[in-house]
Amino acid sequence: MPIPHVDAYRAAAPAAALIARIREAWSGPPVRIMEVCGTHTMAIARHGLRAPLAGAVKLISGPGCPVCVTPDGYIDAAVALASRAKITLATFGDMVRVPGSRGSLEQARAAGADVRIVYSPLDAVDLAAAEPDREVVFLGVGFETTAPTVAGAIVTARQRNTRNFSVLSSLRTIPGAMALLAADPAVRIDAFLCPANVSAIIGADAYRPLAERYLLPCVVGGFEPLDILSSVLMILRQKSRGEARVENEYARVATPGGNRRAQALLAEVFEPCDADWRGLGVLPASGLRIAGGYADFDAGRKLGIAVAATPVRSGCRCGDVLKGMIDPPGCPLFGAACTPATPVGPCMVSTEGACAAAFKYGSLA
Amino acid sequence: MCLAIPAQILTLEETRAVVSIGGVTREASVMLLDSAAVGDWVLLHAGFAIEKLDPDEAEKTLALIREMADADPAR
Repeated sequence: MPIPHVDAYRAAAPAAALIARIREAWSGPPVRIMEVCGTHTMAIARHGLRAPLAGAVKLISGPGCPVCVTPDGYIDAAVALASRAKITLATFGDMVRVPGSRGSLEQARAAGADVRIVYSPLDAVDLAAAEPDREVVFLGVGFETTAPTVAGAIVTARQRNTRNFSVLSSLRTIPGAMALLAADPAVRIDAFLCPANVSAIIGADAYRPLAERYLLPCVVGGFEPLDILSSVLMILRQKSRGEARVENEYARVATPGGNRRAQALLAEVFEPCDADWRGLGVLPASGLRIAGGYADFDAGRKLGIAVAATPVRSGCRCGDVLKGMIDPPGCPLFGAACTPATPVGPCMVSTEGACAAAFKYGSLA
Repeated sequence: MCLAIPAQILTLEETRAVVSIGGVTREASVMLLDSAAVGDWVLLHAGFAIEKLDPDEAEKTLALIREMADADPAR
């Protein structure tokens, strides 16, 4: 059975009509709309939505790719762990190629480290159960969409008494980063296209403080072309009326209050902590560390490994790309020293990164 | 990494479901949902159903989009 309505959300005729409505809805200088979700970044590039909106709208890719905002120090800690005896490192596939200051997990694996790619954190729990003489460490990287799945794996490991499973958490929450960008006059954001699946967990109401405090229209939008175009139109209509409120275009999944069960699980397993975001610096209370009650599953405490702060690699301007200060081609390394085959910075490594999307699909008009 | 995909629940036993993703089946956990039933469409992320997909809301949003696309810009 086909997924309901997907084709309808990709129809060409309403897309063309929406583009025309967008161009009619606004006559001022281009409205700078930031998306903070890697899947939006990819969808905008793949469907070529930037060029037809140019002049009315400037779509900016923010810090929405979890791999992209992971600092070198975390990769270095993961590489150090993977290189220890009797440790298996389990991670999502897009983490293995990210270069830290001392190489990537892929390079560590080539040198003999046991690094395995899993689809789900639960697969890592199963791996630990199957290999009880090894410690299986899962790399907890991602935002509110992923964090509940990591919490679910930790709770499952406890229920099953799988004691050789732990998580090195670099999980983050997104509204704090959005607030920082909203407050930064150098970034100049006029509105947010809010992340679809993060919003399924935290709820559309989570953006109300942003809309009210910074007077920025916030629209939760799905990932299909019509979702994105209609969300942009909703933003422009707010702008032209002088409004700044939260609207939810993605009501088929995201509700105003979000997924309360997932929120409760997050609150049980994690607690907020300060987190270092590549390119943005340390943002207070924007990270999730494992709470004391689950300390046995915290790889940092269990295995005595700390994540050190590391400076940004010279020449790489991923930080400015993440803030929308420059487009990817504005980085001197883009397409030259830094390509998807030889990435210097994480925005080029991750398929959801702004640089990788720009390299693959071109056109940043 | 944040790529969540729609899937349909085929079988369900406590919190363990078998789901179909465009004809491919795999196991998934529904522990993050308040309720789930065979036939439900869910959004699957990293092996977990993170929310249900509401076909009625999908249809309503489509209707709204068509209305916006057809709207007289003078209004």
